[in-house]
Amino acid sequence: MALLELQDVVASYGSRRALHGVSLIVEEGSIVAMLGANGAGKTTTLRAITGLVKVQGAIRFDGRSIAGRPTEEIARLGIAHVPEGRGTMSQLSVLENLQMGACLRRDPKAVRQDIDRVYGYFPWMKSRLEQPAALLSGGEQQMLAIARAMMMRPRLLLLDEPSLGLAPIVVRGIFKIIETINSEQGVTIMLVEQNARIALKSADSAYVLEVGAVAVSGLARELARDESVRKSYLGY
Amino acid sequence: MHSLLKPGPALWLFLLLLAAIAPLYVLGRFPTLEWAYVWALLIGMIGINILTGYCGQISLGNSAFMAIGGYTTAILIYRAGWNYLLTIPVAGVLASVGGVLLGIPALRLRGIYLATATFALAISAPSVIRHFDQLSGGSQGISIPPAEDPFGLVSSQSLTSEQWLYYMALVIAAALFLFSRALLSTHVGRAFRAIRESETAAVANGVSLAYYKTLAFAISAFYAGVAGSLYAINTAYVSPDSFNVGLSLALVVGAVIGGLGTGIGPILGAAFTVWSPTYTQILFNTKPDIAFGVLLILVMYTMPSGIAGGVYRLWAWYRRQRAAGRPKSGEEGTVQVGKVASPPEVSGPGP
Amino acid sequence: MLLSANPLEGLEQQIVFGIASGSIYASLALALVLIYRAMEAINFAQGEMATFSTFIAWMLMTTFQWSFWITFPLVVVLSFVGGVALERVVIRPVERAPILTMILVTLGLFSIFNGLSGLIWGYTIRTFPSPFPVSPISLGGVAIGFQDLGLIGVSLLLLFLIYLFFSRTKLGLMMRASALYPQSSRLLGVRVGWMLALGWGLSAAVGAVSGMMVAPVLSLDPNLMQSVLLFAFTAAVLGGIENPFGAVIGGIVVGVLLALVGTYVPHAEDLRLVFGFIVIVLVLLFRPAGLVGRAHVTRV
Repeated sequence: MALLELQDVVASYGSRRALHGVSLIVEEGSIVAMLGANGAGKTTTLRAITGLVKVQGAIRFDGRSIAGRPTEEIARLGIAHVPEGRGTMSQLSVLENLQMGACLRRDPKAVRQDIDRVYGYFPWMKSRLEQPAALLSGGEQQMLAIARAMMMRPRLLLLDEPSLGLAPIVVRGIFKIIETINSEQGVTIMLVEQNARIALKSADSAYVLEVGAVAVSGLARELARDESVRKSYLGY
Repeated sequence: MHSLLKPGPALWLFLLLLAAIAPLYVLGRFPTLEWAYVWALLIGMIGINILTGYCGQISLGNSAFMAIGGYTTAILIYRAGWNYLLTIPVAGVLASVGGVLLGIPALRLRGIYLATATFALAISAPSVIRHFDQLSGGSQGISIPPAEDPFGLVSSQSLTSEQWLYYMALVIAAALFLFSRALLSTHVGRAFRAIRESETAAVANGVSLAYYKTLAFAISAFYAGVAGSLYAINTAYVSPDSFNVGLSLALVVGAVIGGLGTGIGPILGAAFTVWSPTYTQILFNTKPDIAFGVLLILVMYTMPSGIAGGVYRLWAWYRRQRAAGRPKSGEEGTVQVGKVASPPEVSGPGP
Repeated sequence: MLLSANPLEGLEQQIVFGIASGSIYASLALALVLIYRAMEAINFAQGEMATFSTFIAWMLMTTFQWSFWITFPLVVVLSFVGGVALERVVIRPVERAPILTMILVTLGLFSIFNGLSGLIWGYTIRTFPSPFPVSPISLGGVAIGFQDLGLIGVSLLLLFLIYLFFSRTKLGLMMRASALYPQSSRLLGVRVGWMLALGWGLSAAVGAVSGMMVAPVLSLDPNLMQSVLLFAFTAAVLGGIENPFGAVIGGIVVGVLLALVGTYVPHAEDLRLVFGFIVIVLVLLFRPAGLVGRAHVTRV
């Protein structure tokens, strides 16, 4: 079943149009990658979903229309968005960042269990809970951002370039965690990536954006095999 | 283009002529005196417009400079027996010295901090005046003899004394208005605008922040000083509480409501502030203070760039309706209050 | 007019007195800090709002003969609700507007509340009953009024409650996060606008406490809080405008300094306000982060 559906979504920054009618479907339980060059509209698509940019067109989450709703109300429906720049709350401590993820939940017991689960994924966090998040490395901040989003117990997790600026070994670690979150907790994931090779490895399906519209889409492994797609859109 | 905002000499002349004949044919005694205050306030608002509208520096403390001007005039007349006309330039100069003194620390203060510091100046000014009571007469204030015109027009009954005050203030206001227009069209005006748009960029273009910001404070204070002097002459009396923080607010509010960064803004603003309390008093039967606050907030919601900005936007909208797609001409921009980057949809309804 | 020292009394006495009056500045400074932390703005109407709350308390106590201990909590709650409503109705449209717009809107509120107090209750000076006994107690030769002890106690208690709220409660954490990281907070489902309103509510409540503490000392009229506001500005700037601890320390420092200036500088009574202005300018020039402020930790 489609958890998220975009139909002819148009979005603009001022007079500059960033999306020219994007349509896509995210199946429940899947990992969907969104690929494409800089400026193709990947980040804008995520921002359109969580209401950070004004949109026209239809966006349905779990059958409900969410286009035009305020960001916080969309988040409350169960969409977690790790934005560009990771949204680190750098003056707050690591623990406070995690608590902010769970700030709307009314099940303190389950929240504590979830924090323990986070320590399971990221053992380093346990010893650095009191540190301000500003002191974490880039990779650690990315992990904290994912962990914070998980504390929301979302149904859909949107990740904006989780690999940005990170060493290859760290990137592999993060994608492993993403796959685990997807398979163990059944969270649907939609991620934006420049690094098409690694994204296609983890994803079930993929959309390639070009100048604000979907150019190619299909199953991830088929796209990865298709030489012409790789050459003309993915650059590897 | 829009004739009201970028008026040619013809419009200015027309307005001046209107102002010149109004007390002879239209205005009674009391309104004539009231308009003499309008011209004094106008001078103070031009000062705010230069400082805030063109140079981007907030001052809630210009009532203190008006106090310097007012007291200079009163003390020179009362204690030294000067002719009041001679005290007016001295009042402006002494106030501008005060402006320089404030401008120096203000160099390092921005936005909210500058507002706080100048607000504190305005709050504390009356108590300083009271403290030096040997000179200032303390809370009692100083009464000065009513102003007589040097040409004997009043004694020969060609003019009433109110009309004399009116014309004197009008001539000085017009002269200072023209001076400000001239000044702002030179490199000084360009430097002010550059600082308002971006201090970093201004410095990169070789504009000395220290020099021009201090200059803006000095000019603004000069205008306030002259305004305070005329105020004292109109009233024939000064007291510490005439120059309280409310006067600062009236200056800033008038300049903002008229439209910061526009030539005609202070004129609209001055007319507005004097006209509005009496008007709203009749309308709402409340203290002017409340109506003043309500109006200020309403203007901030609906026309953050003032009446002049609102008219300009309407005009621009009208032109776009008529000729969609034609590029805008490079007119003098009206300033959104504060001039800090903000998307138009949050700071007010877009054009 | 202001809390004025009696220059004939000893130094210890002056210091005690300074701390007590400083506590008043501290409590209004706390109110300023709460709003600054929520939206990086200064509410110029803070003092007038506090005066308005105090008048409501005065009306309940004199016209309706309510006891102080019923009136006090009720007015605090009313002020909180009023502050929230004010933010939602008046401030919300300009939440993200340029700084001068915000300043002018709060100055508009300044005019409105000052005018309202005068319109409803007039400009006569009123006495406001003190909740504390008049007789002083003696501690090591220094006479301390219950009034003074009460003032000090109340502002320390306020500080402690604010500290607990921001550091120990989920709502406090959400407010801090919303102020610093509005977009990230919204993405986590926080209704940031309501957090701002909450900040205004808390601030109005703290201001009301401050007004009800100061009114017995200064006696009540529509301009009650104007000089107090100036010293609260001084205290807040001295302590670092976003630091509640700093605000309280700053308030006490200002109070003691004013008492000492009043004692040792002859005829300085009228110059107290200028003293506030000079301290503000000096601190902003030489230590803009305040005496106890510190630079933020950031990593690029």
